[in-house]
Amino acid sequence: MLHIFCPHCAEYREEEEFHSKGQAHLARPLDPEACSDAEWGEYLYFRKNPRGIHHELWIHAAGCRKFFNMTRDTVTYEIKETYKIGEKPSVTAQS
Amino acid sequence: MSQDNRLKSGGRIDRSKPLYFVFNNVSYTGYQGDTLASALLANGVDIVGRSFKYSRPRGIVTAGSDEPNAVIQLGSSEATQTPNVRATQQELFEGLVASSTNGWPNVNVDAMGLVGKIGGKMMPPGFYYKTFMFPQSLWETYETFIRKAAGLGRSSYENDVDTYDKINQFCDVLVVGAGPAGLAAALTAARGGARVIIADEQSEFGGSLLDSKQIIDGKPAAEWVSEVVSELATFADVLLLPRSTVNGYHDQNFLTIHQRCTNHFGDQAPANQVRERMHRVRAKRVILATGAQERPLVFGNNDLPGCMTSTAISTYINRYGVAPGKNLVVMTTNDYGYQAAIDWHDAGREVSAVVDTRANVQGRCVDEMQARGIRIISGSAITEVHGSKRVKAVTIAPINADGSAVAGPAAKWKVDTVASSGGWSPAVHLSCHTGSRPVWKEDIIGFVPGPTVQEQLTAGGINGCYETGAVLKQGIDAGLTALQELGLNEVTVAVPSAEDLSRTPAMPLFLVPHKKPTSRAPKQFVDYQNDVTAAGIELSCREGFQSIEHVKRYTALGFGTDQGKLGNINGMAIAANFQNKTIPETGTTVFRPNYTPITFGAIAGRDVGSLFDPKRYTAMQPWHIAHGAKFEDVGQWKRPWYFPKAGESMHDALNRECKATRESVGILDASTLGKIDIQGKDAREFLGRVYTNAWAKLAVGKCRYGLMCGEDGMVFDDGVTSCLAENHFLMTTTTGGAARVLEWLEIYHQTEWPELEVYFTSVTDHWSTMTISGPNSRALLAELTDCDLSNDSFGFMDWKAATVAGVPARIFRISFTGELSYEINVQANYGLHVWEQLFAKGEKYNLTPYGTETMHILRAEKGFIIVGQDTDGSIHPHDLGMSWAVADNKPFSYIGKRGMAREDCVRPDRKQLVGLKTTDPLVVIPEGSQGVFDPNTPIPMPMVGHVTSSYWSENLGHSIAMAFVKGGLSKMGEKVYYPQADGTVIEAEICSPVFLDPKGDRQNV
Amino acid sequence: MSEVINHNGKIVADQRPADDIAGQSPLHHADLNSLASQGPQTGGVTIQERPLQGLLNLRCNKADKKQVTAVKKLLGVALPCDPLSSASNDDSVIRWLSPDEWLVSVDGAKAFELEAAFQANMPGHYSLVNVSGGYTILEISGDHAVDVIKKSAPIDVHQSSFPNDKVVSTVFAKSGAIIRRIAEDHFELIIRRSFADYLWIWLQDASREYGLVVKR
Repeated sequence: MLHIFCPHCAEYREEEEFHSKGQAHLARPLDPEACSDAEWGEYLYFRKNPRGIHHELWIHAAGCRKFFNMTRDTVTYEIKETYKIGEKPSVTAQS
Repeated sequence: MSQDNRLKSGGRIDRSKPLYFVFNNVSYTGYQGDTLASALLANGVDIVGRSFKYSRPRGIVTAGSDEPNAVIQLGSSEATQTPNVRATQQELFEGLVASSTNGWPNVNVDAMGLVGKIGGKMMPPGFYYKTFMFPQSLWETYETFIRKAAGLGRSSYENDVDTYDKINQFCDVLVVGAGPAGLAAALTAARGGARVIIADEQSEFGGSLLDSKQIIDGKPAAEWVSEVVSELATFADVLLLPRSTVNGYHDQNFLTIHQRCTNHFGDQAPANQVRERMHRVRAKRVILATGAQERPLVFGNNDLPGCMTSTAISTYINRYGVAPGKNLVVMTTNDYGYQAAIDWHDAGREVSAVVDTRANVQGRCVDEMQARGIRIISGSAITEVHGSKRVKAVTIAPINADGSAVAGPAAKWKVDTVASSGGWSPAVHLSCHTGSRPVWKEDIIGFVPGPTVQEQLTAGGINGCYETGAVLKQGIDAGLTALQELGLNEVTVAVPSAEDLSRTPAMPLFLVPHKKPTSRAPKQFVDYQNDVTAAGIELSCREGFQSIEHVKRYTALGFGTDQGKLGNINGMAIAANFQNKTIPETGTTVFRPNYTPITFGAIAGRDVGSLFDPKRYTAMQPWHIAHGAKFEDVGQWKRPWYFPKAGESMHDALNRECKATRESVGILDASTLGKIDIQGKDAREFLGRVYTNAWAKLAVGKCRYGLMCGEDGMVFDDGVTSCLAENHFLMTTTTGGAARVLEWLEIYHQTEWPELEVYFTSVTDHWSTMTISGPNSRALLAELTDCDLSNDSFGFMDWKAATVAGVPARIFRISFTGELSYEINVQANYGLHVWEQLFAKGEKYNLTPYGTETMHILRAEKGFIIVGQDTDGSIHPHDLGMSWAVADNKPFSYIGKRGMAREDCVRPDRKQLVGLKTTDPLVVIPEGSQGVFDPNTPIPMPMVGHVTSSYWSENLGHSIAMAFVKGGLSKMGEKVYYPQADGTVIEAEICSPVFLDPKGDRQNV
Repeated sequence: MSEVINHNGKIVADQRPADDIAGQSPLHHADLNSLASQGPQTGGVTIQERPLQGLLNLRCNKADKKQVTAVKKLLGVALPCDPLSSASNDDSVIRWLSPDEWLVSVDGAKAFELEAAFQANMPGHYSLVNVSGGYTILEISGDHAVDVIKKSAPIDVHQSSFPNDKVVSTVFAKSGAIIRRIAEDHFELIIRRSFADYLWIWLQDASREYGLVVKR
């Protein structure tokens, strides 16, 4: 049971109010028609599965219904930060 | 029966309140304040169960939650049966009825003994893997037998009559354990203004202090405890939870506490009270003050009733006034073990000797023994005990300095009770739950909590700190640290004075040597509950299981409901020693939630019976019930399935509903459809991006059907969207897809196209929706509305605002049946009113309510798909023959466009949705049947697609079906075959799925 | 329909019939009035339905000063822009739901009036949607109101983290609710119509050990 800081509600809430929507920062190609099948397949199906720092997209489903991003350690389950859509993470695997 | 082992005085029991109870069909008496275990010992009950594998008689070993043997079945009636209760934790109450979990059919006369004794040799570790797996056909026979013999307890065959629930708690500091460390920590935190929860598994707070003769601040320890508890109770923000086991420690300081609220009242529990409550706690800081558990020593026949841990002896004497035997011998590796001898002697009973495995015994222990005239036999050990159902004698022999071998001649002593102490194992279980590995501390010969990412503090025994004064100080320090870290008030708390005894070093000894090698010595039990012996562990090492995790799984060490609380450390050390490794090299297995078994009731809470899953209802539900609807679950909705009249079968009802709708008028409650209000100047653009068809030119007042696809091009929802005004739309979704679609719109709006000016609002529950369908629907509606319903002014796929039965409404002329239809939407507070008014006017038209099943048949007659039934996430619009609903000339690359252009999506032999007419018109193909082109090819036949929808059509007088067939759209008129499980083959012809009115005349009248 | 206003490419309409047609709240079938008169009059938990209120879901941009000013003028209350806050006067309560979403409650008979006023006066991109039929309002009060909420929702209801006028949308049992604290032992729950029966059964069950009083 994660304890998640919703950047929109500005407080911690219990995990059961949220849904994880998978890897964050997957931008839809601006010109899908220009993508090869391989490129489109990459966008559709291929996801990172890192050991350690991972950026995920979540929604505060039972709360404000807003999406946001989370930087999470997949080993310890520590949540390093949550941040709004359009913002960049301050914690990355490189940092 | 008299309580022979009850001491004349002492203990925290109330001797004025005798309690009667039954154990294994025999009546006994105990006192208020007893546990079932202390009452059994008081009555001289030696055998409380039989062992799991060898069926050996077993007695009570401990006085706490670490008890491996006294695991009993509780309950005076079938409905109140509770398995896996530790007798050492179950408070006695009047009328308690319990029986042994193990020992079918009887603990004293033992049918399994035969297996046990023969099997004793036959059942080495891995026995189940090696023996019972083959032949596989017999496994079920074995399983029944093993499970019964294994004695894991049983659940009730009746519904549990008790109530269990859950409660969410938030606090600054959760203190786990209310011994000296926990109480000191909680008091400190409370004085600093923290919101505190302190939980302890025992019925009273105090922990080890309740069993001891310690003086704190010049008072008996129990008095200090009661003062602290009284002060804690004065704080509004302190929650005291006795009888509450902190069972799980999860991520980010989320912990579960299993509180036993009325278990100690038994059948006398007050009405309306919850029996057990699960607290779901989010704590800013957790202070683990869980103490330590004493390791018993491992020696020959150490499982005979009468062998106990030395602290258990002290607890039974001091807390319950019970001395569980006549003459005691103590074996210890450390100074703490002597306390049992002191307490036993001071209770007026005979201590034969203290056998100390250390060669040189010095200090206080020696003085205490001399003062009482108790003999110390140093440098020696009890290598074996003798007896059949109770200890009768022990063999004592000198051992060498490192405890690896017997070093001299043995002597046999007659005693009936053996206390053993192998030192303390800190109770690190909870700290392991979050993935933290405990670390070995050589100086205390035990594991302590390892590094963790949780906001966790520890105090007292869990750190390997065992002297009361030092423990109290650690508790206070933990409380102060929590206050400081949380930015709460600073307080000064004086450390209570307590005499700390000087101790001499303990000897690490995990297996007492025997003159015979381990493999031939009498069984030396490591894990009582799973009958794991030292020889078994060594054998598993010899067989190549080197990792402690493998040893654990091969021997079942620590797999019992006690999770090996007593045996794990000894077992690991034995494995390490055998492999010539150190304990840190060998490592340890970790503990997982739950700390002690909990009832299913506590896990389920109130989510049972009618509250198990929400049932969602429309505003018309009372009418549906009153008119005998049968219901179907659609997600959480309860939707009318069909409305049988008296004596009607389902088939009859469906035929009647279908005919009535096509011939006159039927009505469907469609309120469950998802509805989304969409506003903004970019609403139309947004619709164009999420639907496959065109929306740019949809005029105000018009409705349009749309298919929604994922980025992979596969259909995931459909529905009609209406243009209410230029920048204002109402989207409908499938019943099951409502929440998913809204989230889909939001994710694209929030993450991809925030620049589009559009807002979405769910109005699913706001509107009641009723569809009247059939040739007489216009006449019926005309009786209730002022709206001009003529085809010229209100055509197919138009919508209008009007009043229906006096209620403002939106009427949509859309059809899912192919008939002239009107979908009437009114604010749900008036839904039932309008529905009833339709029936008031509907009698002359034979207005017939129908449910989801008739809806399915009517739409299948028209070849309309149901997403989720005729699609499965791998189907794009062209597969459905719905290319008409795809507009690839839209400027924006709508969701799904690129996906359905992928190489695989344009294959000509994809499975495509077609209609089927069976050669025998009376045969209805079972849905899910797989088709083949040639039924005479050998098995396995190449399958070409399955039947998605299949019904009897009373209107058409023959069966109809929709199915996927490879390349089906270009195989019209060809045959396809559906072999059935019974060997028959159903023949069908591929046809258009539009079986009725292909030109759509009926809906356009 | 009695009146439909089409303005700026959006419509609003009066959705209520004449007064001779009684509306039925989502808990109509539970007959709370009878329970109120015939059931226990004292207990640790009191539940009262506020049926048939006007509920309007507002979406707009809190950074748009013209909109914020217009809302204040229309409602007589400033738009509560802080997360999880609410504002109220005698006529209406406005609850923050998300950074661009609020739930306004007014007397049921006044919903259309307010919708029409927004339609005429609210500038810019916004939406105001009548959702009165989709919810009902329950007030839960008494010494043990807090305990009932703790059993139902995974939120901290301690005064220090849930002061008066705070609003949270959260999980409630296996459904959801919008919870606002009115006073120390007095909460408002806004629940969805289709889940109302389930939640009513849940609330009765959760209140049982404290004694439930139904008030009309």
